[in-house]
Amino acid sequence: MSDIASRVKAIIVDKLGVDETEVTAEASFTNDLGADSLDTVELIMEFEKEFNIAIPDDQAENIGTVGDAIAYIEENAK
Amino acid sequence: MELKRVVVTGLGAITPIGNTIDAFWDSLSKGVSGAGPITRFDTTNFKTKFACEVKDFNPTDYLDRKEVRKLDLFAQYAMAASEQAILDSGLNPEEVDPDEAGVIWGAGIGGIITFMEEVRNYVEGNGTPRFSPFFIPKMISDIAAGHISMKYGFRGPNYGTVSACASSTHAIADAFNLIRWGKAKVFITGGSEAAINEAGVGGFNALQALSTRNDDPATASRPFDKGRDGFVMGEGGGSLILEEYEHAVSRGATIYCEVAGAGMTADAHHLTAPHPEGLGAKKVMEKAISDGNIKPEEVDYINVHGTATPLGDIAETKAIKDVFGEHAYKLNISSTKSMTGHLLGAAGAVESIAAILAIKHGIVPPTINHFEDDPDIDNKLNLTFNKAQERKVRVAISNTFGFGGHNASVAFKAIE
Repeated sequence: MSDIASRVKAIIVDKLGVDETEVTAEASFTNDLGADSLDTVELIMEFEKEFNIAIPDDQAENIGTVGDAIAYIEENAK
Repeated sequence: MELKRVVVTGLGAITPIGNTIDAFWDSLSKGVSGAGPITRFDTTNFKTKFACEVKDFNPTDYLDRKEVRKLDLFAQYAMAASEQAILDSGLNPEEVDPDEAGVIWGAGIGGIITFMEEVRNYVEGNGTPRFSPFFIPKMISDIAAGHISMKYGFRGPNYGTVSACASSTHAIADAFNLIRWGKAKVFITGGSEAAINEAGVGGFNALQALSTRNDDPATASRPFDKGRDGFVMGEGGGSLILEEYEHAVSRGATIYCEVAGAGMTADAHHLTAPHPEGLGAKKVMEKAISDGNIKPEEVDYINVHGTATPLGDIAETKAIKDVFGEHAYKLNISSTKSMTGHLLGAAGAVESIAAILAIKHGIVPPTINHFEDDPDIDNKLNLTFNKAQERKVRVAISNTFGFGGHNASVAFKAIE
C-alpha cells in the first residue's frame, strides 16, 4: 500500500470511527462507511490539510469512495 | 383551564463532586469540595489557577467514538446526564408518545471550547478558512436539546434556554409550565456547561468575578463568609425528567416530588451587579411561591444562588428576609456552590437536583468553607454552615440569577 493510501485510510478510520478492515478501495463513504454529508465535507478538509492541497468543490463531489480519494490525491499532491 | 400536576420522576448528574446521582449526593451530604488546580490548560499567566472540574468523565461510556467528536463537552455532559435520568425514570422511550415528549435544555454559554479551538486554528493558519463543518453545530447552545431529542425520538417542544447562570432554571420552569398547560406529557430538561478553558477563565477573571485563592482551592468557594472573594468556576450537567402526574402514576413510576411553582423576573438594573436590595431576587421567590399556592411557612429549604461574590450574597439574604419575614430564621438556607463551584448555565439544574434530594433524604446539604461571620450578613439566618442538617423538607426552592439581571426560582414540594 502506498504511503498516500495508508495516510488516507488512517484519516477515514479516525474521522468515521470505522474499523480499518472496512476501509477498502471500493468502500463508499456514505453507503458503506456511515458518513453523512457533513462527515464527507470534513473528510475532504482533512485530506486537504494532510496533503497540503486544495480540492475544489466540483472535484470533491466526485470523490465518493476510498479509492476515488486515493487516486485524486496521488494525482494532485505535490 | 385546569392546570395539570407535574412531578419529577428521574434525575441524572455529571458534577465536579460526582458523576452519578448517588455519588453527587454522597459528596453533597458529606460536604466535599470539588475544587482543585486546573488541569485543562496551562494557567501560568492566569489570575485564577483552579476550578471545580469534572473528574474521570469518559464520554464513550455514553456515546460512540464517532459521536464524541461531534459534540462539544457541554453537549457530552447533557447526553450523559440525560441518559442517567431516563434510566432512573424507568421510562421506555419507545413506549412514550413521541409527540407528547419534549426537551428543553439550558446552557449559558454553549460550546466555548469548540469556538476557541476553531478560531485559534484559523488565526494560526495561513488565512484559508478551514473551519470544521461541525464548528457551528458543536458550538451553538441549543444543540444539546437537539441531540437529546434525536437519541430518544422525542418530537415534542424542543429548544434551548439562555439566561447566563439562570439558564437551566428557565429550562425547568418552561418544561413545568408546558406540561401544566397540557402541551406535552414528558420533558427531559436541565442544563449543562463546560467553560473551563482559557477564554472562560480569562473572561470571568477580567470581570473580577472569580476567587483568586490559588493557595487553597478547596476552601476558596466561601458563600456568606467574610473572606469570600468571588466564585469558583464549575462545569457539568444536570438532567431531570418532568412528567405529568397522571402519566407518571399510570405507568407506576417512582416519584421524587412535585414541581409546585416557578417564578421568573428581571432586575432591570445592571449588567453584572445584583440590585442592591435584592429586588429581583425578592420578586422571583414571591412569584415562585404564589405560583405554587405555597404558604411561606411551608418552605423548609432554600438552595440559594449564593455564588460567594461580595454583593450577591448580601442582596440574596436581604431578599429572603423580605419574602419570609420571621420564617426566614426558621428555614434552612445553603449554597451548594461551596462544594460544586458555580456551574453557570448548569447551576439551576444541578442545584434543583440538590433541593429534590434534600426532600427525598430529609437532609439539607451544607454551605461548606465557613470560617468567619460577615457583619453585613444576618448570621441569625440558618445558613447550614459546614455540616449537613437533618430536617424534613416539605418545600424546597432553588434560586438562580444570571448576568443581565435574569432571575428564576423553582419550588419543589414533597408529594402528598
